[in-house]
Amino acid sequence: MIRAAFAAMLVLLAVLLPRPLGAQDTMPPAPYAYNQLDDPRLEAEAAALMHTLRCLKCQSQSIADSDAPMAGDMRHQVRSRILAGESPDQIRSWLIARYGDYVSYEPEVSSTTWPLFAVPVLVILLVAGVLLRRLGKRRSDAGEAA
Amino acid sequence: MIAEIGLAALWLAAALAVLQMVSGAMALRVPEGEAAPLAIYTRPAAIVQAFLAVLAFFLLLYSFAVTDLSIKLVATNSHSMKPLIYKLTGTWGNHEGSMLLWVGVLAASGGLLAAFEKRLPERTMGATLAVQGFVALGFYAFLLLSSNPFERLPVPAVEGTGLNPLLQDIGLAIHPPTLYAGYVGLSVAFSLAMGALLTREVNPSFARAMRPWVLGAWVLLTLGITAGSFWAYYELGWGGWWFWDPVENASLMPWLAATALMHSVSVLAARDALRTWTIMLGVLAFSMSMLGTFLVRSGVLTSVHAFAVDPERGSFILALLGLYIGGAFTIFALRAGAVAEGKRFAATSREGALVFNNVMLSAILAIVLLGTLYPLLTEAFDVRVSVGPPYFNPASAIFAIPMLLVMAVGPLLRWRADKPARIQFEMLLIAAVLIGAIALVSFFGSYPFLPLLGLGLAPALAVAAVLPLRGRNLRRVPAATWGMVLAHFGVAVSLFGMACEGAFTQERLAAVAPGGTEQVGDFSVTLESVAPVAGPNWTAIEARLAVRQGDGEPVILSPQARNFWSPPQATSESALLTKWNGQLYAVIGNQAEDGRWQIRVWWKPFVTFIWYGGILIALGGVLAIAGRVRVDVKRRKAVKLGDARRADLEALGAAPVPAE
Repeated sequence: MIRAAFAAMLVLLAVLLPRPLGAQDTMPPAPYAYNQLDDPRLEAEAAALMHTLRCLKCQSQSIADSDAPMAGDMRHQVRSRILAGESPDQIRSWLIARYGDYVSYEPEVSSTTWPLFAVPVLVILLVAGVLLRRLGKRRSDAGEAA
Repeated sequence: MIAEIGLAALWLAAALAVLQMVSGAMALRVPEGEAAPLAIYTRPAAIVQAFLAVLAFFLLLYSFAVTDLSIKLVATNSHSMKPLIYKLTGTWGNHEGSMLLWVGVLAASGGLLAAFEKRLPERTMGATLAVQGFVALGFYAFLLLSSNPFERLPVPAVEGTGLNPLLQDIGLAIHPPTLYAGYVGLSVAFSLAMGALLTREVNPSFARAMRPWVLGAWVLLTLGITAGSFWAYYELGWGGWWFWDPVENASLMPWLAATALMHSVSVLAARDALRTWTIMLGVLAFSMSMLGTFLVRSGVLTSVHAFAVDPERGSFILALLGLYIGGAFTIFALRAGAVAEGKRFAATSREGALVFNNVMLSAILAIVLLGTLYPLLTEAFDVRVSVGPPYFNPASAIFAIPMLLVMAVGPLLRWRADKPARIQFEMLLIAAVLIGAIALVSFFGSYPFLPLLGLGLAPALAVAAVLPLRGRNLRRVPAATWGMVLAHFGVAVSLFGMACEGAFTQERLAAVAPGGTEQVGDFSVTLESVAPVAGPNWTAIEARLAVRQGDGEPVILSPQARNFWSPPQATSESALLTKWNGQLYAVIGNQAEDGRWQIRVWWKPFVTFIWYGGILIALGGVLAIAGRVRVDVKRRKAVKLGDARRADLEALGAAPVPAE
């Protein structure tokens, strides 16, 4: 009875409130969207990879942190490919080939991303320079003074 | 009427900001020692302006409380059926309202500064308040010209649209106001730095006037970030506590700058060293606050293209940003040479350690800034890249790890110059704990590098935090020192929580039929039933999960999947079981075709320590403020007493003169 009322209510809600991704919502999620792999080692590998892939439909969330149906589909892709024996790097390149660099939170050195790696190196050099100037000189000053 | 009064109050406040600016600048026109005729208006203008801006905010708050649907902002962001608390918090859950809160806090801090800061020379004070008025004026203009919160609708709406359900949470009641107060509290540090720079008064007494503001703003930022992280953790439903999301980074950057500034200003107050550093960090900290406001408020984060299509607000803030930051750094560049460098010190001294860590904090800030802005920059050229945890974690760790190591030994060093050999025992102890902990953890399992290092660093830092108390009479230790010990201990606690979460979290995702049981860690979770429930503005399905630890008594957790109807949106309300050594985190998902329910359960050992640590850090800051204020009050009393005595002596000495 409660169940029937509840089902009726859900149907009512679904009719009354078309959600943005309504069409996708009605499809059942793919098997591995919300289920783990049985092998804990493979699952850990998949989880680590999923945390570094962007959910393309969300704002700043990884596919491991999202309820969006597309994130579910991508989790299914990742888990089933890991199960089929692909390495995380292979899966990442496959996803990048399909969706572009945007899908990966782990930027790789390329013509568009090199400043992300060059600037930290510059920062390290700058930091070393500032420290030497501020602290290195001081020591010699103190030495002379002493 | 209420809305019109609010708008009028804002215009008046803007006018007073002009008066404050002009009158404060007048104090600079006359030579030192002489009274400027116009300068007397500076303080009253700041105080009245504070009153008006705060009044405007409270009027908007009232309009939200009574759901006045003739105001556009209320109609688009509130709903008559919402619980009162979320009507109130809805005031700052939108662009205009949150900018009004921003400006209100800005004016209030200016007013407080004008009312209570009596130690600085009048000229410096005039310049400071003029800068504060100048900053406020820009943001009044922004509010009045492009984001009027009091705009009326031609025809009142029948019903409001409602507030984003994710924001209908008690976390939102605390998080933004705290964070904003911290952001904007840094404006006072900025104004004081500029004032001191303009009048060449960069000295310890200036630092002592600046310190409580920096400490206060830093405490609020710490609490705001901690609350925000906890909110994201339990509200988003996937158990993550930090996402390196641009909005989070926008709050982290001012915090990093404020942390460096706080340490630097303490050195200036105590040792008269690091003068230019303090000024630069003061400018940097508030610049980061404004940058954060720009990132969050301009819409640039949702999409650079959306920003380019409707750039009015964004360009306005961007122009303000350019004006203030550019202006400040120009003055800094022109005047920095004139500021004497201050007292000197050796590399191995407490100042040396503080300089090292300030540089490290600035470097982390640079990395976060780069990682946050770079994707926006490339998006403008139609190249979309993502920068996420795999970039931020290692890149910031490069600087964070040396910083934490120096933080462990820095407080043990003496001021000015010290020999490392003197603290040999302490350094060996810290190193032993560090290596011992890492060895112990790697003996029991293999974990990723950064969590492993964190597990080693945390106990080492905890030991190092209390070492400065060794051999001291605990009752004589000043409150400010206790504050430092507590805050550094908090860093260790927080780091321990992060490392444990990273290394030991266990996850169980499964489709479960009612009556079915799943295992996570040493907990068994049984799905007893699933039933619909209804709230004031939502319906939900609620699961009853019986959680047993080992053979213990079952505890019932009730996670919900909620559907809000205005605006229509689904959220997951996680259920948490908090133990002393961690948290069990449970979420209910959708029902599968075969009638089974998706449940997600995590066992996160010591995850709560992340936020306990944050609270400890903030508490340390509060202790430091309390200690400084107490010393300050004592000093003022002593000065008063001395003055009275001197006056008495003079009166005694002078009295016989007319008699003769």
